[in-house]
Amino acid sequence: MTEAFEILFTASFWVAAIRIASPLIFATMGELICERAGVLNLGIEGIMAAGAFAGWFTVYSGGDLWTGVAVAAATGAAFGLLHATLTVPLGLSQHVVGIGVTLLATSLTYFTYRLVLPEVTSPPKIEPFQPLPIPYLSDIPILGQALFSQTPLTYLAFVTVAVVAWGLYRTPLGLAVRAAGENPAAVESQGLSVTAIRIGAVMTGSALMAIGGAFLTMSAFNSFFFEMINGRGWICIALVVFGSWRPGKALVGAILFAAFDAYQIRLQQVTGGVVPYQLFLMLPYVLSILALVLVARRATYPKALMVPYQKGER
Amino acid sequence: MTSAHAPVLRLASITKRFGPLTANDSISFDLAAGEVIALLGENGAGKTTLMNILFGHYVADEGTVEVFGTALPPGDPRAALDAGVGMVHQHFTLADNMTVLENIALGTESPWRLSFDRRRATARIRALATDFGLEVDPAATIAALTVGERQRVEILKALYRDARILILDEPTAVLTPIETEALFATLRKLVAKGLSIIFISHKLNEVLAISDRVLVLRSGKLSGERRTAGATRQELAALMVGQEVNPPAVPEVARGPVLLKLYGVSTGRNGTRQRLDDVSLKLIGGEITGLAGVSGNGQAALADLIAGLEKPVAGTVEIADQTVDDWSPRTALSAGIARIPEDRHAVGTIGDMSVAENVVIEQYRSPSFSKRGFLDWKAARSFAEELIRDYDVKCPSPEARIRLLSGGNMQKLILGRALDPDPSVILANQPTRGLDVGAISYVHGRLLAARQRGAAILLISEDLEEIMALSDRIIVMSKGRLSVPSARGERSVRDIAELMAGHG
Amino acid sequence: MRLEPRPAPGLPILLALPVGAILVTVVIASLLVLAAGASPLAVFGLVLKGAAGTQFALLETLTRATPLIFTGLAVAVAFRAKLWNIGAEAQLYAGAVATVVLGTGALPFPAPVLIPLLIIAAVMAGALLLLGPAILKTRFGVDEVVTTLLLNFIMLLFVSMLLEGVLKDPMGLGWPQSQKLIAEARLPRIITGKRLHYGFVLAIVSAVVVWIIMKKTALGYEMRAVGHNPTAARFAGIPVNLVLLKTAILSGGLAALAGFSEVAGLKGNLTLDLSPGFGYSGIVVAMLAMLNPLGVVAAAIFVAGIFVGADAMSRTAGVPSYIANVMVATALLTMVTAIMLTRFKVRWR
Repeated sequence: MTEAFEILFTASFWVAAIRIASPLIFATMGELICERAGVLNLGIEGIMAAGAFAGWFTVYSGGDLWTGVAVAAATGAAFGLLHATLTVPLGLSQHVVGIGVTLLATSLTYFTYRLVLPEVTSPPKIEPFQPLPIPYLSDIPILGQALFSQTPLTYLAFVTVAVVAWGLYRTPLGLAVRAAGENPAAVESQGLSVTAIRIGAVMTGSALMAIGGAFLTMSAFNSFFFEMINGRGWICIALVVFGSWRPGKALVGAILFAAFDAYQIRLQQVTGGVVPYQLFLMLPYVLSILALVLVARRATYPKALMVPYQKGER
Repeated sequence: MTSAHAPVLRLASITKRFGPLTANDSISFDLAAGEVIALLGENGAGKTTLMNILFGHYVADEGTVEVFGTALPPGDPRAALDAGVGMVHQHFTLADNMTVLENIALGTESPWRLSFDRRRATARIRALATDFGLEVDPAATIAALTVGERQRVEILKALYRDARILILDEPTAVLTPIETEALFATLRKLVAKGLSIIFISHKLNEVLAISDRVLVLRSGKLSGERRTAGATRQELAALMVGQEVNPPAVPEVARGPVLLKLYGVSTGRNGTRQRLDDVSLKLIGGEITGLAGVSGNGQAALADLIAGLEKPVAGTVEIADQTVDDWSPRTALSAGIARIPEDRHAVGTIGDMSVAENVVIEQYRSPSFSKRGFLDWKAARSFAEELIRDYDVKCPSPEARIRLLSGGNMQKLILGRALDPDPSVILANQPTRGLDVGAISYVHGRLLAARQRGAAILLISEDLEEIMALSDRIIVMSKGRLSVPSARGERSVRDIAELMAGHG
Repeated sequence: MRLEPRPAPGLPILLALPVGAILVTVVIASLLVLAAGASPLAVFGLVLKGAAGTQFALLETLTRATPLIFTGLAVAVAFRAKLWNIGAEAQLYAGAVATVVLGTGALPFPAPVLIPLLIIAAVMAGALLLLGPAILKTRFGVDEVVTTLLLNFIMLLFVSMLLEGVLKDPMGLGWPQSQKLIAEARLPRIITGKRLHYGFVLAIVSAVVVWIIMKKTALGYEMRAVGHNPTAARFAGIPVNLVLLKTAILSGGLAALAGFSEVAGLKGNLTLDLSPGFGYSGIVVAMLAMLNPLGVVAAAIFVAGIFVGADAMSRTAGVPSYIANVMVATALLTMVTAIMLTRFKVRWR
């Protein structure tokens, strides 16, 4: 039992937790932006898969790592545009379109993978992002080691949270995004286009989701395989609710969640197969549902979430 | 105040059609600098549509809008704002989760700036607020403001953008008489600074009090124009309604027993809505009880309570001397309470279902419409046909989606559905809002007939004239409490207005 | 751009738009085929032949359509009441687990007794699984989309645990698979020697029953009312939450029948690859059918045909069979757009 407890005080555990959190942070921020503007983006799972493949494939075919990230983001934004076109000006059901985008993005990804690598049995590898310890800071025991000996993409995840938080609360554009998700008529009465803001938000958010996917193939692992997103997108949707649509709280949620995930992996080793490993693997999903139940009562949804808007409506 | 100067605003033959309905039919007028025009008309006359075209929410099918001699591009609120047009919507366009400052500053700075200068904006808002008597805390969140304060924010939004023309759509509908006075004081200050104002209303006394000129709209057409100075109430009313309006004849009826009794009822919190606070009320057979009040003072909670949607947290509900324990819409219906909801579209009907499906929705479980869980659609259809005939509904067939019907026809069907089982209690919540004159007198006639039959009716309305004309007893609601009832003619309009404001 | 309601769309529009949706799907698929260096005409020819060109192909398509009819019905029923059940995949496995637990010898009854019992058990398992999210939604306001989605992953891990634990076939050479059902638990084949089984008949019967429920019964009426406008339904005295729970039982039960039918009719045992995403494809089937239960049958056969045909095609033409998934997903998006356009017209100003 003490062994299970001591895990919490090892640097390697927290390094792993932060690594596991990174893709969730990107995707959660992406979903948060979409929902703050009033659009539930259930395309997240598929967009992450597309981003994972697009980034990895760019590097595999000779591009450098950052180009890979950019290509992943552009791929995500393209699927975001598709989602937004159908849900914003056309006002289609965000549930159905979101599932459709996930199915489409996933299947297009698998199709392309099979097209460009028809024969491979074991997925080819790339040289992924390497850890980049930050001098001095990474020497601080546990906390410093966990936070400052990560890959550049993890640092980017944390920067993203700061940028999203500042953007939403401190810039004129962020005001407009928040207002679009709360009362679109407020946006229109001030001469701004709800449609443009929502489409822009969904594209930006989707780009972040795709980078989250790319983190898996370009930083956490070094190859692409099917089913690799494995519900992470859905978990991020739960994290947005858990974080009350606030970037900071959602970040805390993602790290907490990742710590549980990292912990269950280590606990599996400690318990040595007495408990079926599937029970441990279930934990993250069960935890997400529990988190939703816990916050559901006091969750204050953006009031216009999932409500399509037509110009001139009040 | 008008002068030889060019008009600040010119509308030229504006026409707007929604499907078969012509909402605005070739409307033209000018607005001079420093002038207050009142746009008078009944609900549904096309006032709001016209202003939405002016502001760019809608695009007119024909006609042009010129501001300071320049044509506005159609369908572009930004252009209207930039040209100096500000609009205070009837339903506030504020984001509740944001502050006053954020709502006002929204869209006033380039979206690509990395931050905005809160201090400068705050100072500017404070200055405007003191100049025009629009006190409000820039740092407050909208959700925490009263309705009156929210309206001030809406006006500040326009002034912050240096509006020269201010459109106010039914601004007094949500205000107490005292707040209305304060609003008028503000408007006079604005006019003194040279702003021009379009004031939309269907209330004659307000129009006479504030405007220089009155334009009357009726069924989408400009039916008349008068200088306020020489205009009379009767003349304007006739222009507005288009025919002699006879108040409904209310015959004497023998009083029946108390059919519904609320005793010390309070309801729980429900968002920002006003809850009921220790309300006692008796509805008596053969009587129409009129509930007056400024909207948002608990009428919605009272209506939901009687409709069975809301349960009391304290106090008792008695129907025909029986205390009701398990309270729900279904028990309300089976206790003989008919409900005419405030919002026909969102609550009263299911737009995507047929007329037949809509008219049986309160009775489909009765043996006449279903057997062992299977519905008898033939019976439903003939019931719908019966209502269509008896209630004079214009409707292609019982199979038509109810969404396609006009407001008046929809209301007649709701009325028919509610009154068909000969209810003992009738809750009529804003039963004539948005209807034309013909439909209004039809609804009034049906309610009076039910009264004749011995039903107890609660009439909730924001239209004080309607309340005064129909009610045997009048009760005023303010801040979730009820006044002592007064018999017909016992209180003057002024007394009632005082009560509405929460005095006395 | 504005959307204006069409009062009553004419027949030409009602026909043209879905055809247009399919056309757009075909065009997009053609581009992918071209990208794969093949000729679209040849490839679609092969798909068609593989789906319906021979008796074998046709029977294979109907066999594949069977679980899709069940999941399609499950989704159609739920979406009608706006209960967003994205968890048909998990409910399918719940039904399969129930079938395997009781059908491998635990209940020693003859087929006419055992099979109905298995059906009831499967339906109950699926219904219970969806009742969870439905109760969370009605009691606590937890969004059912995320909970049903997450349950798909939890259920698959649970099945994996069972197949490596208590349900593991001792004769399975270490593979994670269950024992075979006893003969009395198996659904017979419709044509001896072919794979099409009586699960297909059960699916058709289910579609008709669901159609009757939706069209003729008070429950169906309540479900439609709740789906279109829950506020108005509540006002009129319809117990909205109760209706949602009933919907969950019906929907979860139907999805579970897919699992029962696959195990008892086709596979004979439970493995982790029992469903290649039938639960998710059910969403597409339901939407293509515009949530009409009888339309679900046609849509399921259409979708099954694409999958079966693409499988056959990819073996010879070298275009990855995932093109079927792309086509199905594209069809979903184009179809919902087309349905919207039958109800609204787009005005460009």
